Amino acid sequence: MSALNQSGWKPEMGPSGDSKPATFTGNRALMLEEALIFEIGTTDTTGVDLPEVGGVASRLGGLERNRTIGLPGLSEPETVRHYTRLSRQNYAIDLGFFPLGSCTMKHNPRLNEKVARMAGFADVHPLQPVETVQGALAVINELAVWLIKLTGMYGVAMTPKAGAHGELCGILAIKAALEARGDPRSVILVPESAHGTNPATAAFAGFSVENIPATSEGRVDLDALKARLGPDVAGVMITNPNTCGLFERDMKAISDAVHAAGGYVYCDGANFNAIVGRVRPGDLGIDAMHINLHKTFSTPHGGGGPGSGPVVMSEALSPYGPLPFTERHADGRYSLVEEETVGERHPHSFGRMTAFHGQMGMFTRALSYILSHGADGLRQVAEDAVLNANYILHGLKDSLDAPFAHSGPCMHEALFSDNGLADGFTTLDIAKGLIDEGYHPMTVYFPLVVHGAMLIEPTETESKATLDQFIGAMRSVVARAKAGDPSLKSAPHHAPRRRLDETLAARKPVLVWREPDVAVAAE
Amino acid sequence: MRYLPLTNTDRQAMLAVIGAKSIDDLFVDVPAEAQLAGPIAGLPNHASEMAVERHFSDLARKNMAASHHPFFLGCGAYKHHVPASVDHIIQRGEFLTAYTPYQPEIAQGTLQMLFEFQTQVARLFGCDVANASMYDGSTACWEAIGMAGRITKRHKAILSSGLHPHYVSVARTMAKYTGDNLDTALPTLTPTTDSARLLDAIDGETSCVVVQYPDILGRIEDLSAIAAKAHEHGALLIAVVTEPVALGAIKAPGEMGADIVVGEGQSLGVGLQFGGPYVGLFACKEKFVRQMPGRLCGETVDAEGKRGFVLTLSTREQHIRREKATSNICTNSGLCALAFSIHMTLLGEKGLRGLAQVNHALAVQAADRLTQISGVELVNDSFFNEFTLRLPKEARPVVRALADKKVLGGVSLGRLYPNTTDLENGLVVAVTETSSAEDIESFATALQEILS
Repeated sequence: MSALNQSGWKPEMGPSGDSKPATFTGNRALMLEEALIFEIGTTDTTGVDLPEVGGVASRLGGLERNRTIGLPGLSEPETVRHYTRLSRQNYAIDLGFFPLGSCTMKHNPRLNEKVARMAGFADVHPLQPVETVQGALAVINELAVWLIKLTGMYGVAMTPKAGAHGELCGILAIKAALEARGDPRSVILVPESAHGTNPATAAFAGFSVENIPATSEGRVDLDALKARLGPDVAGVMITNPNTCGLFERDMKAISDAVHAAGGYVYCDGANFNAIVGRVRPGDLGIDAMHINLHKTFSTPHGGGGPGSGPVVMSEALSPYGPLPFTERHADGRYSLVEEETVGERHPHSFGRMTAFHGQMGMFTRALSYILSHGADGLRQVAEDAVLNANYILHGLKDSLDAPFAHSGPCMHEALFSDNGLADGFTTLDIAKGLIDEGYHPMTVYFPLVVHGAMLIEPTETESKATLDQFIGAMRSVVARAKAGDPSLKSAPHHAPRRRLDETLAARKPVLVWREPDVAVAAE
Repeated sequence: MRYLPLTNTDRQAMLAVIGAKSIDDLFVDVPAEAQLAGPIAGLPNHASEMAVERHFSDLARKNMAASHHPFFLGCGAYKHHVPASVDHIIQRGEFLTAYTPYQPEIAQGTLQMLFEFQTQVARLFGCDVANASMYDGSTACWEAIGMAGRITKRHKAILSSGLHPHYVSVARTMAKYTGDNLDTALPTLTPTTDSARLLDAIDGETSCVVVQYPDILGRIEDLSAIAAKAHEHGALLIAVVTEPVALGAIKAPGEMGADIVVGEGQSLGVGLQFGGPYVGLFACKEKFVRQMPGRLCGETVDAEGKRGFVLTLSTREQHIRREKATSNICTNSGLCALAFSIHMTLLGEKGLRGLAQVNHALAVQAADRLTQISGVELVNDSFFNEFTLRLPKEARPVVRALADKKVLGGVSLGRLYPNTTDLENGLVVAVTETSSAEDIESFATALQEILS
């Protein structure tokens, strides 16, 4: 007998399966549908009160905006409810396990949010006199010192706004260094398993991109790389640990070979979380590497940004890094090196990449995280991240095909293929099945070198209990995919939306809301 | 360590399951000579939440915060009041700790918000479509120049002298690598911009004309004639808006014929943050949508026919197109776009127009008051909430002297255009709804003392 229901009332059980009674509103208890602001707001509603000011004669040059703009407003309570309802249709780290490979979805500490919002950081203007922003410059400098020491590099460019922007920074520095010695090298070598941003970045900078093959182990083929090196090769872009989740054992040999052939080594630092505090990229001969503060150093992803991508550089490349940057003087003061003083102190800089000083709001958060962990804690981060990934690899490798399980332990992420699923069942079905189990799916169909790739990155901020439950859920979903369970093909069943028609979206793009056709509506 | 859930017992149990003797077994692929024996020397070990917070409090106190003083800086970053609910909503974990919405069934919150954001930006700019955001205004600007090059297959971009000099610097950096030729000029302390120069320079080789509106000195000019001449020669007009609140008062660039309109969205919802993160706005005519950089959110239906939203047209993007992508951008400014969108929803058209009116009225009052000071002249005939003063002496030391008097009194043109004698007496002053009549009076009094 239930201890909770003492009334003797029994719930009526509806028919089994999916047939639940429809509701008047379309809502399902806590799952609430929400219309667009354009459908619920009006242009003469506002949720703000403005100060009263006296009227003045307009000085707008005769360009007053007279036509309706079409921006709906909501009162404050309606606004809060609109966005709160929308928020509940999102999966997030705060809700559950988010093993998106190569994205390092770790816990985002709230202390970081608190310090970033201190008025001395959040409420200072980038063009204030430097005497009035000494504390902000100190934060940038302190973080810069940490990044340099953690990577064993010579200098760091702090302004790049995200990983891909950092890649661009590194590649432009390489280009500038080559130009400075009058060397017209035009090819960048990129492994097949690279992030899409790598070839896109190299192509933007005017390089042609050639793929380097991988060995059957899932690592860069050193012999093939050496064979391709020559006077036309500007450098390589290598991710280490790579996107198959493996450490490039030959990294130092790769760097030495590239340097001997006159090129530079760019490292995509997206996977730095696996080695932070245990390995310094500078010891492996890297010339430039971006660090995704929104991955390794826990600044929130925010549904797609903002990120931050500082680039650590070798002594050979540092002179070519971008403006502006901070400088610490012997007396403890900080200054900014901008266009004004560049001629004397940084004559080879390739220039400015962004209007101001980079992502200050991310610097405070990342430094807060780094100081919280310290040198000892960061080392533990890498170790726990790698331990968690290997625990998942071990827990799934007899259930799912792990093409590189023979290549040694994985680093911070474990890679599987769709080999062995029933006919017609794909990686996408596994992903959608995981959604019903209450997880965010892993990265799917990347890297491209593995058929139907599933890349699982647990990070260090997950408990053993979470991993055990995930392994159980994953095995269950995989078993359904192997058995050809038709209900998996139509998953997710329990999410706010069923599978969405992406083909329709691309064929007839509807990118903005438009009023329904009044004439049609009136008929 | 408070962010790490594994206990030593867990670690031992997990190593045993894996069949590893110690954690070092999992790092066997790292060559021994590259492995560090212990924590990196010379760096502090872990610290408590309280200790970290104290460290930041100490550093924060060394900065002059805008809200604590009379404040008049602009030039690409503006201080506006951000309603408390904006910051509350963006800190909801479901927004803050979500990723790019690759799995649309469980990311409808972010996707619907982006669809609303795109519509708000398109309407504000007077364009057909907008994307889901760029890093900031300056990077949006050079992406627009690159896009114009792809559309016109030409590589001569004519930049107005009124374009923010840092935006020009960014474009110059990128142009070195894309092969674009930039035709640039320095501004002059005159009431009108160099639109005559732009009109003269447009020819059959021109890919685009780039005009900031209002410009770096705060001047507002009709873009229609430039648009017409550009279109006559098969070139595009790119308008750059660094102060979106202005568009609650003045015509949208799209209404005047701009083909691509980019901007800095920081004014709404985001805050000053010492220059970042900000949010780049990017809108254009519908016919150019397949050449746009960045993410786009589109409407579709799910398997039950319900309306839903997805990221779309991704064949333009790096993760599909690799070296043939329209841009290498991946992570953008999603959370700042959310802040912008919430603030815009709270304002609505009525609030935005009211806010713009307050800004303009206070700016007019400030301009009138400051030009009462002997030797101080107003450069602009037209302005929205930002104008340029010509001081009787070099402005940069004046700004420092104002800071000593606890007034953050504008941006000197000497800071933006170092070593340019013709501009060194220029001071750009921004006045928003956060400037009170008392603030304006404090500014005027301090400026008068310094100049006398």
